[in-house]
Amino acid sequence: MSKLNLDKVKISEARDFAKQIADQTQEFIEQHTTVTVERTICRFLGIDGVNEFDVPIPNIIINEISKNGNLEFGVSLYIASIMKAYDIDVNGVCDLFINQKIDISEIKLISKNEVYRILDPYINETLFKIKDAKSKRENFRISYGSKDEPLLYVIVATGNIYEDVTQAKAAAKAGADVVAVIRTTGQSLLDYVPYGPTTEGFGGTFATQENFRIMRNALDEVGEELGRYIMLVNYASGLCMPEIAAMGAIERLDMMLNDSLYGILFRDINMQRTLIDQYFSRVINAYAGIIINTGEDNYLTTSDAVSEAHTVLASQFINEQFAKHAHMDESLMGLGHAFEIDPNVKNGFLYELSQALMAREIFPNSPLKYMPPTKHMTGNIFKGYIQNTLFNVVTTTTNQGIHLLGMLTEAVHTPFMSDRYLAIDNAKYINNTMHDFGDEIEFKKDGIIQKRAKSVLNDSVELLKEIANIGIFETLERGIFAGIKRPIDGGKGLSGVYKKSSKYVNPFIDQMIIELSEVK
Amino acid sequence: MGYDLNEKKYSKVLDLKELRPYGDTLNDGKVQMSFTLPIKNDEKGAEAARELSKKMGIIDPLIAESIELDNDFTMYVVYGSIIHSVNYNDITVETVETDVLSMHQIEDLIDKQIGRNIIVVGASTGTDAHTVGIDAIMNMKGFAGHYGLERYRNIEALNLGSQVDNEDMIKKAVELNADVILISQTVTQKDVHIKNLIEMVELLEVEGLRERFILIVGGPRISHELAKELGFDAGFGPKKFAEDVASYFVQELIQRNK
Repeated sequence: MSKLNLDKVKISEARDFAKQIADQTQEFIEQHTTVTVERTICRFLGIDGVNEFDVPIPNIIINEISKNGNLEFGVSLYIASIMKAYDIDVNGVCDLFINQKIDISEIKLISKNEVYRILDPYINETLFKIKDAKSKRENFRISYGSKDEPLLYVIVATGNIYEDVTQAKAAAKAGADVVAVIRTTGQSLLDYVPYGPTTEGFGGTFATQENFRIMRNALDEVGEELGRYIMLVNYASGLCMPEIAAMGAIERLDMMLNDSLYGILFRDINMQRTLIDQYFSRVINAYAGIIINTGEDNYLTTSDAVSEAHTVLASQFINEQFAKHAHMDESLMGLGHAFEIDPNVKNGFLYELSQALMAREIFPNSPLKYMPPTKHMTGNIFKGYIQNTLFNVVTTTTNQGIHLLGMLTEAVHTPFMSDRYLAIDNAKYINNTMHDFGDEIEFKKDGIIQKRAKSVLNDSVELLKEIANIGIFETLERGIFAGIKRPIDGGKGLSGVYKKSSKYVNPFIDQMIIELSEVK
Repeated sequence: MGYDLNEKKYSKVLDLKELRPYGDTLNDGKVQMSFTLPIKNDEKGAEAARELSKKMGIIDPLIAESIELDNDFTMYVVYGSIIHSVNYNDITVETVETDVLSMHQIEDLIDKQIGRNIIVVGASTGTDAHTVGIDAIMNMKGFAGHYGLERYRNIEALNLGSQVDNEDMIKKAVELNADVILISQTVTQKDVHIKNLIEMVELLEVEGLRERFILIVGGPRISHELAKELGFDAGFGPKKFAEDVASYFVQELIQRNK
């Protein structure tokens, strides 16, 4: 039953428009590939490591193909053709590329079916690894039991993976269920994934496969001690969306920040590039059972949370449809939103409650990711602690799935260990003392809360209708989201976009989709 | 100094030459603080916290609470009276000294004394991905009821967003023939923002462009004094809005044109 008395017809209208938007875009996506999509295939084929100049081997291979070959055919076709021509395995192929002992323009390209056949053992091995990680996670959940309350989510951001481990363990012991290792600023704009363990970063730590492994082991260790499964989060975003998703799938990350539009709006990454990249990254996440976190909260850090609330809902609808195209189950769609209304707005709390409950009612099977106040946090940490408490009250009352804890020092510095402890303590207090509050209350018919939800829903239907008419590309060009305008040929990473030829093949995505479709 | 803490007899007179914190009585010197030590939460730990507080000049530290964050990490909440005082009369602070005008006053001033649009280029530079600050100053809507520069009739404001390289910033400023460069630094770690700000000034100097622009930096950790030290024309800290910044650069521009 809807406590907000939401109009079901409006909700399904919104979904229909969002579906039209995603459908139109999907056509474009499926006709294209990108350098990072192809590097992801390299990684899935077991290609890893760097040369003496720290250039990752997948980059060496893809650079060579885009320079002297034709990336429109995809890297799988080249690698399988070389394997056949030289009668070597994937390692052998890597050596040829690293030592520049191959002229790829000379390679006789084989048929699609042969590609599948030659790469089959590699595909099976990798997909088995991912399935194995997934079942390990499920076994942990069965043996430890799962939580019926919002998952407490904290961030570590020291720049040094070993220091991150110390902080993450302390946070887990204090009660955190989810630990996100923030990436170093600027990584989203790197068109490669750094290699090995790292100890230097700014405002965060490099996402590398080795760092993933180090943190995963640490959290498993502390989880065993506590009898709880501690989830690990990183960022499948930026210019390497699918590569990071692939690394996360293999190293058993549990959540990935993964938005279909975020990079375009907030990192000025080319829109074609991001839309293509998000698709493969989401298929990987769907296949690996990794929960995605979408980034709608960010709209409210640049736009006004009262007047632009409908853009958040509209984007949630769009993210949902893109995720469906990637065969993602609703239980993995951590759609984002945030508590960002100016504390001076009269009845602001009521609007927050309304918006959060509306998201809960419209996406009942998704573990919504609810973000704390940031924009209106100040150096007055005492007031900040209250702002976070009110945010916690809304989270508990509306049963959000993923509860990103606010830090009282948000506006001052990256969190101290004690800041994180206080945040967890606050959330635990509210979750306990108000545990069933949400079930106990109803809202006044046509009161402020119901009316607010109705108007936000109506506005978002209008917006989605407009977007469905003009398409996602023009929407982004006009600056409808977050007031940020992005040209279709602007931004970073456009040169890495390729139209697929009829010979193109990505055997990993094909097999993943076959298996994901069988599940349904 | 006329008081004795042990007997709790404080001087009742405000002496600016010996300024002390105020708890509930003039000159009581009371402070509150918290910190974490990487040790077990036990009596020895509390004593360590107490001794550390004494070294900070707190003569009668009260460990109000000790909270275990992890097996070997404990947070302490401490209250006490500090022994130190400062001479308020001797303190000089460099602040931006131009008058703060309203948006309309600024627009009028530009009309009358400059007679053309002022071009402002802004960004959050270096590794900083946060645009909250630059958006608050530049974007149409502004912040907390203070309109941003885009709203000003005769200011052309271009916000380049986040993570802009210093080189790109300068290139854009030259290309647009900007009058003012605004740099925002919000979240930083290990003082990376300082390095970045110094680099900006050095680049401008190398290219002989330093005098061509009014160079301003803003952010929660920025003061005017720090900005001047780093070679900027002005710096704006927290609680400054578009009109504070615009008042400064318009009046500075008029001054320079004289």
